[in-house]
Amino acid sequence: MTKRFALGIFDDEDVLLHAIENVRAAGVKIYEVFTPFPIHGIDDALGIERSRLPIAAFFYGMCGLAFALWMQIYMLGFDWPMIIGGKPHIALPAFIPVSFELTVFFTCHGMVITFYTISKLYPRWRTPVLDVRSTDDKFVMAIEINESTDLNNLSKLLRENGASEVNEKEMTKN
Amino acid sequence: MQHVSPVREPLVTGGKTYHDVTQDVCRQVEAAPNVRWMAALSVALFFLGIFLYSVYRTLWYGIGEWGLNKTVGWAWDITNFVWWVGIGHAGTLISAVLLLFRQKWRSSINRAAEAMTIFAVICAAMFPVLHMGRPWLAYWVFPLQNTFGSLWVNFNSPLLWDVFAISTYFTVSLVFWYTGLVPDFATIRDRAKGPIAKVAYSLLSMGWTGSAKHWSRYETVSLILAGVSTPLVLSVHTIVSMDFATSVVPGWHTTIFPPYFVAGAIFSGFAMVLTLMLITRVVFKLEDYITMEHIALMNKIMMITGSIVGVAYITEFFIAWYSQVEFEQYAFINRATGPYWWAYASMMTCNVITPQLVWIRKVRYSIPLTFILSIIVNIGMWFERFVIIVTSLHRDYLPSSWVMFSPSIIDIGIYVGTLGLFFTLFLLFAKFFPVINMAEVKTVLKYTVDNGPTYTGHDPHHDLIHKPTTHGVPANAPVNYDKHD
Repeated sequence: MTKRFALGIFDDEDVLLHAIENVRAAGVKIYEVFTPFPIHGIDDALGIERSRLPIAAFFYGMCGLAFALWMQIYMLGFDWPMIIGGKPHIALPAFIPVSFELTVFFTCHGMVITFYTISKLYPRWRTPVLDVRSTDDKFVMAIEINESTDLNNLSKLLRENGASEVNEKEMTKN
Repeated sequence: MQHVSPVREPLVTGGKTYHDVTQDVCRQVEAAPNVRWMAALSVALFFLGIFLYSVYRTLWYGIGEWGLNKTVGWAWDITNFVWWVGIGHAGTLISAVLLLFRQKWRSSINRAAEAMTIFAVICAAMFPVLHMGRPWLAYWVFPLQNTFGSLWVNFNSPLLWDVFAISTYFTVSLVFWYTGLVPDFATIRDRAKGPIAKVAYSLLSMGWTGSAKHWSRYETVSLILAGVSTPLVLSVHTIVSMDFATSVVPGWHTTIFPPYFVAGAIFSGFAMVLTLMLITRVVFKLEDYITMEHIALMNKIMMITGSIVGVAYITEFFIAWYSQVEFEQYAFINRATGPYWWAYASMMTCNVITPQLVWIRKVRYSIPLTFILSIIVNIGMWFERFVIIVTSLHRDYLPSSWVMFSPSIIDIGIYVGTLGLFFTLFLLFAKFFPVINMAEVKTVLKYTVDNGPTYTGHDPHHDLIHKPTTHGVPANAPVNYDKHD
C-alpha cells in the first residue's frame, strides 16, 4: 500500500516540541516523528504512553529465578544427590550466585528480544526512510495526506511553527 | 534545556553542531583505511599469529607445554584470566553505573569502553577454555544430562559460578552494546554511498528509523539494561574472587576479596580505557569529544579505586597478623620478603604509589603522564594477580613440595597473543563501527550552551515560534500511535 506524506523538516528539537503541540492542537494527525536522538518530553507532546517493557523485564527476571532454583534443587537434590564437602544436598546459600546470574540473563535477553519484536526491528537488505537526514541532524514530522488534504494550509501551519522545509513523499508500506 | 552550572566544563568542545558530530564520527568509517591503522593492524595480527601458534602447541602437545607444576597448578592462565576480566569491568561501569548516576560525560566514551569490555572478556575466556586441555569438550561445564558422560555439574563450586557469571556478563554486555549501536548504524546507512556499505549497515541497523515511539522504548531498554548490568558487573568479579576466597589456601581465604577484587577490576579497567582513549582521540581526531576533562575525570576514578586497592593490601596484612594464624602470617611475610619479593614490590609501587600522583592537577591534565600512568597501572594490576596466585601456591602447607614457578615460552606466547587478539578486534571495531555514540553525544550537545563554545545549530525561524498558551495537548487532539508500525 502506498501512502503519501507531508514532511515538516525542523532544525532544532525545541522548535519541534512546540510545533508538535501546536500542530496537534490545530487538529492535524501526526503520523510519526523521526529524530536523530531521543528527545526529552517528546513522549508527552505526542501522547506516547509509557512503555510496559519494565513489567515484561520483571516477569522475565522472575522466570529466570524460578528456573535457576528449580534446576539446582532438582539436579542436586532429587535427580542425583551427592554429598559434596559434607554440605546438604540442597545448599541454598551456594545456589545464590547461579540464581542471580540466571535472573539477570533472563531479564536482559527476554526484554531485548521483546523490544526488537514489538518494534519490528530485524535485519533488512534495504531500509527505506522518509528523509535520510532524520538520522543525522534534522527532525522530521510526517503527516499522512490524501486527495482531500489542503496542502497549502498544512504547509503554512508547519512553516508557521518553525519547519525549515515542507516536502511531500510517497512510501510503499507492506 | 536543563540549567547548566557555569563552573562546569563543556562536555563537547569546538562549537559542534549536530551535523558536525555525524561528520566527525563517520569520517573514519567512510574513509579508506589509513596507513597508521594498517600498520597497527599488522602488528596486532602478528601477535595474533603468536597466539594461534601457542594455542596450537597447547592443544597438540597438551598442558605440559605450560610452566605449571605439581604445586603451582594455576599460574599465568588464571592470572591473565582475572586480569582481562578486570579490564572489562570499566566498560560496564561507564555504560551502566555512570548512566544510572546521570554522569553525562560518559556519552562520548561509553561506546569504545563497552567494546573494550566485550573484547577483554573474549580474551579472558580463552584461558579457562585452554586450561581445560580439551576445549572441544567445553560444553561439559553446562548442566547436561548424565548420558553425556558426566554427572550433573556441581552448583556448589565457584568455578561453575564463574561459568554462569562470565557467560551472562558477556552476552548481556554484547546485547547492551549492540542495542546502543543500532541508531548509529542507521546514521551510517543513510549516508552510505557504496552498495556493499548500504546493505551491510542496513542489515546491522535492523531497520531503525528513529521514530519517537522507538526512541521511547529504546530509552526504557537502556535504563533497565543499565539497572541489571550494575549488580551484574559487581557480581562477576565477586564470583571471580570467590574462586580463591572459598578455598582454604592461606592468602586466599579472606572475606575482603570480593570488594577488593571489584575495586581492582575498575582500577585496571579505567587504566586500559585511558590507554585506548588517548590513542583513539588522536588517531581519529576526536579531541573535541574526548576532552581533557574526560581524561581528568577518568584519572580521578583511577586514583580512588587505586587507593581502595591500597587499603585492601594493608588490611590483608593487618588481618594476617591479627588472626594469629601461623600459616596466614607466613603467606604474607613470604609475599613481601620471599623469593617473589620483586613481584610484590612492583605491585605496591605500580598500584599504590603511582596513582597518588594524580592528586597533582598537572599530572591529571597531562596526556603523556596519563598515558605512562595508565600503562604502569596495567602492569601493576597484572602483578597483583600474579602475586596473589603464585606466591600463595608455591609454598603450601608441606615444605617438601615448595617450588618456584617460571612460565614457559608458550605461557608468554598465549599472554602476548591475547593482547594481539584484543587489539585486532579493537582496531576492526574502530574502523568499521562508530567509536563514539553519536545519538547520545547529540543529546548532550546543548549542555555547552551557557558556557564556552556555544551550540551553533542556528534556527532562522526561531522568532516565529509562539509558545503554546496552554500546556499539554487538548483532549480532542487525535492520537494515532500504536495503530501502525
